[in-house]
Amino acid sequence: MSEITLINGTVLTPDGAVSADVVIDGDTVAAVGSDGERRGEVLDCAGAYVGPGFVDVHVHFREPGLEWKEDIASGSAAAAAGGFTAVVTMPNTDPAIDSGHLARYILDRGREVGFVEVVPAGAITLGRAGSALAHLDELWNAGVRIFSDDGDAVADAGLLRMAMEYLADRGGVIAEHAEDAGLTRDGHMHEGSVSSRLGMGGMPALAEETIVARDLRLVELTGCRYHVQHVSTAGTVELVRRAKAAGMPVTAEATPHHLTLDHRAVESMDPAYKMYPPLRTPDDLEAVREALRDGVIDLVATDHAPHAAHEKDVPFEHAPRGIIGLETAAALVAPLLDTQTLFDRLSVAPARLAGLERHGWWIEPGAPANLVVFDPDTSWTVQRFRSKSENSPYLGSELTGAVRYTIFEGAVTHR
Amino acid sequence: MKHFLSTETISKPDLESLLDLGDRFVEVLARPIPKVPALRGKTVAMLFFEPSTRTRMSFERAAKALSADTMSFSPGTSSLSKGESLKDTALTIKAMGADALVVRHKATGTPWRVADWTGLPVLNAGDGAHQHPTQALLDSLTIRRHFGTLDGLRIAIVGDIRHSRVARSDIWAFTTLGADVTLVAPRTLLPVDLEGWPVKTVDTIDDVLDGDVIYLLRIQTERGGASVLPSLAEYVERFGMTNERFDRLPEDSIVMHPGPMNRGVEISAAVADHPRALVEEQVANGVAVRMAVLLRLLGEEDVDV
Repeated sequence: MSEITLINGTVLTPDGAVSADVVIDGDTVAAVGSDGERRGEVLDCAGAYVGPGFVDVHVHFREPGLEWKEDIASGSAAAAAGGFTAVVTMPNTDPAIDSGHLARYILDRGREVGFVEVVPAGAITLGRAGSALAHLDELWNAGVRIFSDDGDAVADAGLLRMAMEYLADRGGVIAEHAEDAGLTRDGHMHEGSVSSRLGMGGMPALAEETIVARDLRLVELTGCRYHVQHVSTAGTVELVRRAKAAGMPVTAEATPHHLTLDHRAVESMDPAYKMYPPLRTPDDLEAVREALRDGVIDLVATDHAPHAAHEKDVPFEHAPRGIIGLETAAALVAPLLDTQTLFDRLSVAPARLAGLERHGWWIEPGAPANLVVFDPDTSWTVQRFRSKSENSPYLGSELTGAVRYTIFEGAVTHR
Repeated sequence: MKHFLSTETISKPDLESLLDLGDRFVEVLARPIPKVPALRGKTVAMLFFEPSTRTRMSFERAAKALSADTMSFSPGTSSLSKGESLKDTALTIKAMGADALVVRHKATGTPWRVADWTGLPVLNAGDGAHQHPTQALLDSLTIRRHFGTLDGLRIAIVGDIRHSRVARSDIWAFTTLGADVTLVAPRTLLPVDLEGWPVKTVDTIDDVLDGDVIYLLRIQTERGGASVLPSLAEYVERFGMTNERFDRLPEDSIVMHPGPMNRGVEISAAVADHPRALVEEQVANGVAVRMAVLLRLLGEEDVDV
C-alpha cells in the first residue's frame, strides 16, 4: 500500500480547521497531527486547505453514444483536475441510462478509468421519452440513487407521481430539470430585457417555477425525496425555502455559472453563454448566491455539459446548450463562501445526497482517502482543459483559487 | 466604419452623415445614367440565408449603381443543403474574393458571427427579429425628405413589434434623430420587457391618430404572428389603418410600411394607394441608403459622387 504525507496545510477536520500534517495509508487517512511523522511521498500543502474531495452530482460524460464531446475517461480526468473525487453522470446519453445493464456499464467504465468514483443517475422514464417509467428496480439494484430525465422535465404529472410513489419508500431521489416546455417554446435565453432587445425567443423564470411548484405538491403527496437541479431564479429559491421550512424532503443545487453570470452576458450573442436553464437577471443571481450561503440551496453542481468546438461555432440560436464546468467550479465558487461552507457545498452535502459513503468526510483518522488540496489564493488563467471540449465562457479568464492535488482512494489523480 | 450591423449604438452625427450621403444618391439615381464608378473593382457578396426578394434586389441595385460586382448565394441550392456549416460557407465566399458581405439570416446575431469568422466588412440585411439597420436608414431618409427633420416628430409604430427587426432598428434611429416614438400593439405583440427603450406604448391605433408618422408593420404570420392573435379581424378592429382612421389623420401626416403589405389587414387598399402612403418612396430610398453604407464601408475617403 502506498503512503502519502500532506504537510504544512490547513486541514479541515470534524472539529474545524487546524494546522497539521495528514498521513494517508492506502485508501485511508491514517493520522492527522503535528508530531512530525512523515511516511511515503511528501506533498507540500503550504497556503492550501486539505479537505474532503469535491463531489459533483450533475455531470454529462456523454458515454455511451456521444463520445466526440466527452467520454468517461476524459470526463474523469477533467473531474480530477477540478478537485473532484466523485461524480454523478446524467442519463441523457445514447441510449439513455434507463435499465440496469446500462447503469452497470457506466459503473464498470468508471472503475476501469479509476480517476474518480463515477455513479450514474438513472432516467425516470423509458428512453427519457416521458411516456412510461424506466426500469427503476433494475436501476436501483445496480446502485442508482438519483433519478432524472435531465435535459427535460417530466411533463406528465401523473407519470412523475408514479415514479415518486415507486421510489419514496426506498429513499430514491427524484432530481428534476424544471422547465415547462410550453413556456419555453422557441426560447433560447432568459425572457427579459436582454431577450427583448435582441428579439430572441425567451425562457421565462416562470417556466422553472411552475414545474417546481407542481412537483412540490407531488412531494407532499408521496413523501418522495426531491432535488431541484440547477436552480436559476429567485422564485425557485423561495419555493425551496418554504418547502424546507415545512419539513419536506427537498434539496437543491446551483451551478457555478448561475452564481457568477447574468443574462447581460448574452448581449454578446456568444454561444459560450448558452445553457438551460439560461443565465437570469442580476437579482436572480443574488438570490441564488444568498440561498447557497444560507443553505436553502444545499450544494454546488456543475452541469458539466461538453460540446465539440464546431458544434458551438454557430449562431447562438443554432448552438447546443450547455457549458463545461468541472475544472473551473472551485475557483468560481470559493470567493463566494467561507471555507467550511465551501467544502460543505462542494463535498459533504453532495456526497450525502448521492449516498456516496466514501466521500464528503471531514479529514480524520479512519476517513476514506478522498481528498483535495485547494489553494484559495493562487491565480491562474483558464487556457486548456482536460475535458475533450472547451465550451466554457471562462476560457481566457483569470481565476483565483487552484486545485493543487486531488487524491482519490489514496492515489494522486491531479497535481 | 468597419461593419454596419445595428442602429442601437450608432451616433447622431454618423446617422446624419449617412442620410446626407443617401440624399446625394437619391439625386444620382434620378440621373439619365444612374451610376457612379466609386466601387469599380470591388465585389459585394449577398448571403441571404433566408428568402428575400426586395432587400436582396435593393442591395444588388445599390452595389451595381456604385459599379461594384456582385455575387449571390441561395441557401436552397447551396452546399448548406449538403451539410456545410455556416462558417465554411462564409469562408468559401471570402476565398472567392468578396470585399464585403451582405448577410441575412433568421438566427439572431449571424452577421456578427460572419464578421468574426471572415474579418470582412459585413452589412446586416436582417438577423432574426433583432436588427435590419438599412431599413431604419431608408425609413429615416424618407421621413427626413418629407418633413425636413425628424426632430420633434411624433412617430407611431403599429403592429407586431415583438417579432420585428424593422421596429428594433427604427426605434433607435428615429429616437437618436430626435423623434418621439410610440409603440402600438396588443401585449402579445410587444416585447416582454421594454426596460431602457426610449418609447411609450399604447394599445390601440386610435390613440396615435394625431401623430406625424404612422408606421405600420406587417403581421408576420411566418414568425408565429398567427398564434399570438385571436383573429385578423380583431387585429384590424384595434390596429388596422382603415379608411375611416386615415381620414382622421392630420393632413400633413404620412403613412409608412416596410412591405410586403397585407392589404386589408394592417392597411386598407385605399390607404396603401394614397399619395400620403410613402411605401414606394421608401423602396426607392432603400437603394440610395444602401449605396451610402456600401460606399462608407468600401470606398475611399471623400469620394466624389
